[in-house]
Amino acid sequence: MIPSEDGEKARAMAAAVARRSYGKLIAVLCARTRHVAAAEDALSEAFAMALSEWPSGGCPANPEGWLVTVARRKLIDVSRRRQVAMSAAEQLKVLDEGLADIGSDGEIPDRRLALMFACAHPAIDESVRAPLILQTILGFDAATIASAFLSSPAAMGKRLGRAKEKIRRAGIPLREPDPEELRDRLDAVLDAIYAAFSEGWADPGATDFARRELAGEALYLGRLVTELLPEEPEALGLLALMLHAEARRHARRRDGEYVPLGEQDDGLWDAGMIEEAEALLLRASTLGSIGRFQLEGALQSAHVHRRRSGRVDWSVVVRLYDALLEISASPVVAINRALAVGERDGVSAGLAALESVAADDRLIQYQPYWAARADLLSRAGERAEARHAYEIAIGLERDPAVRRFLQRRRGALEG
Amino acid sequence: MQYLLLIYSQDGAWDGLPKAVQEEGIAAYAAYGEALKKAGALRESARLRPATEATTVRLVNGKPKVLDGPYADTKEQLGGFYLIEAPDLDAAIAWAGRCPGSGHGIMEVRPLWVY
Repeated sequence: MIPSEDGEKARAMAAAVARRSYGKLIAVLCARTRHVAAAEDALSEAFAMALSEWPSGGCPANPEGWLVTVARRKLIDVSRRRQVAMSAAEQLKVLDEGLADIGSDGEIPDRRLALMFACAHPAIDESVRAPLILQTILGFDAATIASAFLSSPAAMGKRLGRAKEKIRRAGIPLREPDPEELRDRLDAVLDAIYAAFSEGWADPGATDFARRELAGEALYLGRLVTELLPEEPEALGLLALMLHAEARRHARRRDGEYVPLGEQDDGLWDAGMIEEAEALLLRASTLGSIGRFQLEGALQSAHVHRRRSGRVDWSVVVRLYDALLEISASPVVAINRALAVGERDGVSAGLAALESVAADDRLIQYQPYWAARADLLSRAGERAEARHAYEIAIGLERDPAVRRFLQRRRGALEG
Repeated sequence: MQYLLLIYSQDGAWDGLPKAVQEEGIAAYAAYGEALKKAGALRESARLRPATEATTVRLVNGKPKVLDGPYADTKEQLGGFYLIEAPDLDAAIAWAGRCPGSGHGIMEVRPLWVY
């Protein structure tokens, strides 16, 4: 009989390897064939075998190497069974899969970045890039990803499957792009990571485990990219931005109720994360190329500054939004800029700035526009209009805590 | 891998172009074909006559039903193609981007079925 202690140890070891190396093993197992789904199946069988063999036989000295060897054997088995349906060239690739890359010391090369670039390739539909990275690099299953991205497991599974099939059949290469296109392609990877983070961030009440975890996993991916590409300022900027936001997670809620940034208790902010974010932004600024994520990180930094000085320098904030607007003419940025103008020059200036973005049709269904409008109008004393704007903002909000917050604000207008 | 690069452009627009522009276009396509050949990437290529000269055929009740015109009645029509050999999609996209068709129309990159 297997002593349960060894069983526990083996399970813990397998879990640790999965956490640390899942994407690394997948990347090595599909580098030649680009057959991500086959690599996933083979690796999952290898993990199952580890759980049955490690408790009695002991954990191998090189668990990653053990898993790759077993998974390779599975890949070859499958290809033998399907030989008829496979071209000779593809069979040769399978035989080579996972083999050529492993050093004589058993060291597995880190190809996760190449895999991420394939997942965020411009030929892959933008909305599936973040889910695909979460699945291939971190091993999330479709159901978990679906719950995080508010989609049905079946639909998410189908979209992930189609994307993997595209990587394989259309010949999307698993490699890092050439230096001249690295920046553009990296933006897509960073966007996907930020999309994952934002989905997790959208539910800071952390009622849903999958969504709370998502922010943490996105941070992990952000860190991974900065380790693999330490000289890319935007990668540093994204990590800083996410750390700044994450640092305030606990301050965003008081007894389950939403607390806006301006009213948060800065004693609840995570000082370590803020410090790390500030250092990252500083390092990014020495690399001589400004971008969206660095600017957004700097904005967070400007807000956090009130911890030391007791106040936010709104003229700095407005300048940062101006710079952001130049890079991306996003209505979201314009709304936040209008709010900052309202703080710097008074509410009527803020309302005037907001009017200039109101022409954008997309804003009609955009909660932050109505919340911003409601806030500025109520401070300007335009009660009736403010009430109307609050109504719409409340109707568009999906987070119940934020909805209650807006309802309280609206209620305060009655008095 | 083999990829088919399909050129979709406005049908009939060519005829309306001034002669000098047409000559420029022909020279650009010739140079592109030459570059593909030099790189050893070209398998096949052709320019198609206008979609107004197309005919569709399908079986209805076991008999071919023939209709005048192209299958899809869109502003942009398939106007020509290049069949190329490329190591991966990025290389195929790079060739599609160099094709003059990406300037006056839209290029579609399709991998061929591998048996």
